[in-house]
Amino acid sequence: MKNWYKILSVILILYTLVWGMLAPVPRLDILNETIRNVFYHVPIWFSMLFMMTVSLFYSIKTLQTNSLLHDSKALDAAIVGFFFSIPGITTGSIWAKYTWGTWWTFQDPKLNGVAISILIYTAYFILRSSVDDEQKRAKISAVYNVFAFVMMNVFIMILPRLTDSLHPGNGGNPAFAKYDMDNGMRMVFYPAVIGWILFSYWIFNVKNRISILKNKLND
Amino acid sequence: MFLALIKKEFLLEFRQKSTLGGVMVYLAGTIFVSALCFKGRMDKPTWNALFWVITLFTSVTISGKSFLKEAGGQGLFNYLHYPARHFIIAKIAYNMAFMFVLSLITFFFYALFIKNEVENMSLFFVVLLLASTGLAGILSLMSAISARANGNFAMMSILSFPVVMPLIMVIIRVSKQAVDGIEWAAIGFDFIIILIALNVLTLALSFLLFPYLWRD
Repeated sequence: MKNWYKILSVILILYTLVWGMLAPVPRLDILNETIRNVFYHVPIWFSMLFMMTVSLFYSIKTLQTNSLLHDSKALDAAIVGFFFSIPGITTGSIWAKYTWGTWWTFQDPKLNGVAISILIYTAYFILRSSVDDEQKRAKISAVYNVFAFVMMNVFIMILPRLTDSLHPGNGGNPAFAKYDMDNGMRMVFYPAVIGWILFSYWIFNVKNRISILKNKLND
Repeated sequence: MFLALIKKEFLLEFRQKSTLGGVMVYLAGTIFVSALCFKGRMDKPTWNALFWVITLFTSVTISGKSFLKEAGGQGLFNYLHYPARHFIIAKIAYNMAFMFVLSLITFFFYALFIKNEVENMSLFFVVLLLASTGLAGILSLMSAISARANGNFAMMSILSFPVVMPLIMVIIRVSKQAVDGIEWAAIGFDFIIILIALNVLTLALSFLLFPYLWRD
């Protein structure tokens, strides 16, 4: 059974999509029913971060081995992570509209952080497209990817914890205490995280198989 | 060996003078334009932000050139003659010194033409020093990348502005405290510690990653 994780991810995501809507949630001021977005918004960001970590892993491998195979994996993981940031931003923006009253605010360090992270990875794709030689491109973009990943983490993990933020878990608060998640919510939230991360890994695998085939066709 | 590399950088810079002259004219021009546009109507946060925007552009300009010179025969000579890690340390040290001096000059003209809002001078100079170290650490590596990618100035800005942002935001925070004139005893040291940690982090990353760019 080498496809177990695909089946598991489909089951978990289906379960969280359905039960996330039906499960009883705590009634909190302002948040009200929108607290259910925690089941969708947060796991999507987690899988984006997971994909970027995979990309970092293969970039380091590329530097060690100089293999183009690892380089194409690093690129594919970055692309999948980048696309996960789109639903991440969309769900966050809709949620913000109903709780903070605005689609986007520059007051929140985490929002600035993800905006800059998206810029960083756009720069990574531009850098890749500007070099023709494959070996050279692999090396240069791997170096940039390692640097970019560290800077992104400084921005979205460290800085928000130091400044005032509208997000829970920031401004000095420990990560989940302010979510006021009860045990019922945790029963949906953790499966959702696992499900979406497995799902992103599945997309990454398919994407990578396509790019390997494309490379074979080109040769 | 190491000192010889730094000396070489300074010699090349002052022999050509085009970069130096260009940056000085850029600085004078920007500050004069800002002075004319704002006409002294500037509050402290704006003063702070504008100062760092000017400094950021100056540092991207001067460090962007630092690896473009290493193309062709000269690059090959350096590659054969010096170990990669010595080379990047020399570049960072040189860029850092150059940027620190330039930021002092920027501050002088900025205070002269616009006004001097800084109330805690010693803290401000500490921020200038830490900022030039951090910027030199990041931008030297970015310059090496963009030179390898046959890049021009546009490539340099595309690559460096997003990765420089975390550093700049922390710098602006600390610098704001200096501008507001908060006493040393009352300063929030969180951000200074983060700034120092970021400096160490970027220097370590440049040091570790540069050899991969050097071998080609």
